[in-house]
Amino acid sequence: MANVPADLRYTKDHEWAKPEDKRYRVGITAFAQEQLGDVVFVELPKVGAKVTAKLSFGVVESVKAVSDLFAPLSGEIVEVNAALPNEPQVVNQDPYGKGWMIVIAPSKPDEWNALLSAAQYEQFLSEGH
Amino acid sequence: MNTPLKRTPLYAAHVKAGARMVEFGGWEMPVQYSGIIDEHRRVRSAVGLFDVSHMGEFEVEGPGALAALQTLTTNDVSALEIGQVQYSLFPYPEGGLVDDLTVYRLAADRFMVTVNASNIDKDWAWVTTHGAGARWRNISAETGLIAVQGPRAEDLVAGLADVDARAIGYYRFARGSVAGVATTISRTGYTGEDGFELYAPWAGTERLWAALMEAGRKVDVAPIGLGARDTLRLEMRYALYGNDIDQTTNPLEAGLGWVVKPAKGDFIGKPAIERVRAEGPKRRLIGLEMADRSVARHGYPVLSGGRRVGGVTSGTFGPSVEKSIAMAYVETPLAAIGTVLDVEIRGQARPARVVKTPFHPSRVKK
Repeated sequence: MANVPADLRYTKDHEWAKPEDKRYRVGITAFAQEQLGDVVFVELPKVGAKVTAKLSFGVVESVKAVSDLFAPLSGEIVEVNAALPNEPQVVNQDPYGKGWMIVIAPSKPDEWNALLSAAQYEQFLSEGH
Repeated sequence: MNTPLKRTPLYAAHVKAGARMVEFGGWEMPVQYSGIIDEHRRVRSAVGLFDVSHMGEFEVEGPGALAALQTLTTNDVSALEIGQVQYSLFPYPEGGLVDDLTVYRLAADRFMVTVNASNIDKDWAWVTTHGAGARWRNISAETGLIAVQGPRAEDLVAGLADVDARAIGYYRFARGSVAGVATTISRTGYTGEDGFELYAPWAGTERLWAALMEAGRKVDVAPIGLGARDTLRLEMRYALYGNDIDQTTNPLEAGLGWVVKPAKGDFIGKPAIERVRAEGPKRRLIGLEMADRSVARHGYPVLSGGRRVGGVTSGTFGPSVEKSIAMAYVETPLAAIGTVLDVEIRGQARPARVVKTPFHPSRVKK
């Protein structure tokens, strides 16, 4: 079974969000990186860019495919993982840690409640998504 | 799609080895086991086994076999000695390509041709329509094929073969048995490494694979999926039918003029190809290196000064070159090494440069 930390929330597009003092750190799940295979490039917006929940905020490229990254919450990007351009493989190695992608200052904090809990995400995965 | 996917004799072995299986040309094939980059590196440093049993094989024999092949292909089959292999092309009358293939001379008037898996039905219809005067037999469904590729491939195959595999020259073959399985041992491959392709009876292929895996423990063998097969061949700039060559591309623009031998006499497509030669190809297949790690994929536009001048046919991150690389057709004046171009990736022009190919040095044993 895929690694699904209990303290995070999830999208059906396989991103995770972690609350950190009114901000949210965002990455892709262990399941997502496993499906993608070797990540070779991550394209992220700049600090200050606005993102909208459920819309694309960037792209992750693996050797075999390109996939959009979808924002779990709307808001402004206040931090971007500067290590990823040179070390994209950390997304595979540590998707919930060093492989994080952006930090969002939310404009609609209520959107958090619409995200899947760990149990709901595990259920979603078990349905074969 | 309702047609059930076909499976090779090694399907169970792949699943047992933890492969991720995908659809490829109507077949259910392993795309990766441990991961594409890891498998790619294993082939460059040790040895990998590829199941390519899905590829097609036809035998053609009789007094008219040579003439039929001379008509159907661009290369000069008469130059082949018994025991020799030749890379070649089936052209259409208009100069585009039905497929690329290898020709094996089994005897004076008996040959085997190996074709791409996704083209078997099309090729079979083509050769039996246009290759009259010879007896054709489609042996695809009874022929398994395992590629053994990498610097340790010779040690592995030589240790299991009852013929001297080390003595087989590049693009030559011998018939013998490997691990007790009747095999055509061919010193060919699609990775740029030394290696062999082993043709075996369908029923013996699983035993051959198991023996190679077992004996290969000493030389760090690993099964390799289609994902790494693609990154390996792309680093060598080997064309992939359906990506880099197809019905709309002619051999000269694809850089395959070296397998077109007009002096051999008439063949299908010769006038069209010779017209392109006289006029000069309007576009050429080139190698591109991206300035960053973004991946240029099949179909992405190639730009020069904002103007579309061609398109990407294959692209990947090259695990050995550690850069994003691609093949693309561009207008001939822009094909020179060092030309700076852009690839449009998700609406953005990303810089790239025309580079010499292969992207990674070939280590085939010549």
